[in-house]
Amino acid sequence: MDLSTFFNIDYTLRTVALGAGILGIVSGALGCFAVLRKQSLVGDAMSHAALPGIVLAFMLTRSKSSLVLVLGAALAGWIGMLLIINIVRYTRIKEDGALALILSVFFGFGLMLLTYVQRLPDATQAGLDKFLFGQAAALLRQDVIIIGVLGGLALLVMGLFWKEFKLLSFDHEFGATLGLPARALDVLLTSLLVIAIVIGLQAVGVVLMSALIVAPAAAARQWTDRLSVMVALAGFFGALAGVTGAAISSLGAGLSTGPVIVLCASLIVLFSLLFAPNRGLVWRWARQQRNKRTLQDTAVLSAMMTLAKQHDTPYHAHNINVLRVMNLKRGGVQRTLEVLEAEGLVAEQSDDLWALTPAGLEAAQERTRFGAQTAPVEMA
Amino acid sequence: MNEFVIDVQDLTVAYQEKPVLWDIDMMVPAGTLMAIVGPNGAGKTTLIKAILDLIKPVAGTVLIKGKPYVEQRPLVGYVPQRGSVDWDFPTDVLDVVMMGRYRALGWIKRPGKAEREMAMDALEKVGMSEFAGRQISQLSGGQQQRVFLARALVQDAQIYFMDEPFQGVDATTERAIITLLKELRAAGKTVVVVHHDLQTVPEYFDWVTLLNVRRIASGPVEEAFTEENLRRAYGGRIALLNRDENGLNGSTAVAGA
Repeated sequence: MDLSTFFNIDYTLRTVALGAGILGIVSGALGCFAVLRKQSLVGDAMSHAALPGIVLAFMLTRSKSSLVLVLGAALAGWIGMLLIINIVRYTRIKEDGALALILSVFFGFGLMLLTYVQRLPDATQAGLDKFLFGQAAALLRQDVIIIGVLGGLALLVMGLFWKEFKLLSFDHEFGATLGLPARALDVLLTSLLVIAIVIGLQAVGVVLMSALIVAPAAAARQWTDRLSVMVALAGFFGALAGVTGAAISSLGAGLSTGPVIVLCASLIVLFSLLFAPNRGLVWRWARQQRNKRTLQDTAVLSAMMTLAKQHDTPYHAHNINVLRVMNLKRGGVQRTLEVLEAEGLVAEQSDDLWALTPAGLEAAQERTRFGAQTAPVEMA
Repeated sequence: MNEFVIDVQDLTVAYQEKPVLWDIDMMVPAGTLMAIVGPNGAGKTTLIKAILDLIKPVAGTVLIKGKPYVEQRPLVGYVPQRGSVDWDFPTDVLDVVMMGRYRALGWIKRPGKAEREMAMDALEKVGMSEFAGRQISQLSGGQQQRVFLARALVQDAQIYFMDEPFQGVDATTERAIITLLKELRAAGKTVVVVHHDLQTVPEYFDWVTLLNVRRIASGPVEEAFTEENLRRAYGGRIALLNRDENGLNGSTAVAGA
């Protein structure tokens, strides 16, 4: 199959995949900043807060053009965000309380409006409820253009203020003392997040959109220690989850897109949590095992050296049972001796009689001089 | 008479109507190394943050070299408490140090060769040059503190405010830091340090401000760092050690817990 047939398989699927891919890139990239600033829940609050904006925009214009609805969503999400910031600044309610408050009040209001609109006699409102859980299959060419233009703009602004956003995310107060307009930049960054969220609402839905903000960033953090790589990787993961999820839900029988995309994103997160180098759980477990083994090797070597000191030659052989006693409760002496033998540090002179080799003596002196801690223990 | 480069008048800060700093006056001459000392909750960090416009005071003025602080930002460097940031942020040592140049660099421009060289120089001065490429999550407390100092050095400021730079660092790092601060002073800079260890005040600093919500005393160590003032700042919770044999005027003190 050549490329042109591949890309011609299905016009609808191509449109849907393109839209979901772009919004995955945008939300993944901008989500990194939300996650690093410990504001993962802000995305959740804002996506829920967007619902009344969508319905009100429809009620006022009687139009279901996605541009109108996206503007309504953005406006409501943005107002929700400003309210959260000001509640935290001017009252004693902390950020978590403010988030929960705005999320539930706005979402409840949105649901009420939605129920009201759906009872109206005309049928123009049909499909508004798709904004709850998302329907990527309904994405049209003009929707994808809107997603592309707004998302591209958001990424461009992120690039322009990259170093400022990085500094404020790492050390907000230091950035402020440098004279950066910290508050304005905070509002700008959160506004970019609002854009990332609202362009995804039609495809993913208000209820689950925040997962596409948080999950790719959380997964990407596992693989890298550089912000630029993290942002790029999160964009890639977001696109992967978006395209896969949209494709599956478009082909499947009436599956809502949001849940499927979130499921894909969750799988990426799970895989990253387990298998990423350094931070992954499997990796950590392997490292622990390795450290344990290194310690055990050192313990056996030093036991053999202690024994050897009691004889004329340091290469005097001893029975394995003596070493077992000296390594009480640790076990695995036989296996350790075999490993050390493979490294040329010890030799089995006859059945169960083991002795240090010259290299083994050197290694034992080396390792015990600095203590067992100097076995290559990496930073956790 | 020295020029006063820091001039704080009537500074008052309150959280929810409870005063944290009350009517603080503080004048610091150029080229001094000044400690701010006082018990926990005395408002030491708050004082620095209010001077740096990070906390809005209820009243008061702050002049840096005769002009309001906000006009003089480029002259002022800052070393926050190292516990104030998340060291698990995905970046490396060199990158953090270069952040000190971000404002001077201007909008949109990325740090380049010049910034890299400045950062490496600063890392050299704090003895961290071999850590330039190290992930910041892998630094010890003392190393974190040195990175923050290096970041302040590349700011190339005239006046530095440092919030507990000796907090939780080992003796070697403490010596390295105080050597650096004395070098800064020798270069004509003014350094204000929130400090906890009363015993080292006469040895490290030449100027001191004692604080406990109100300003208890502020001036040269010989004048201000007296038994009487310490007792007023710390209340009864203080044990005093006479150390006349060191030739230090009067006494030094250890705060009781």
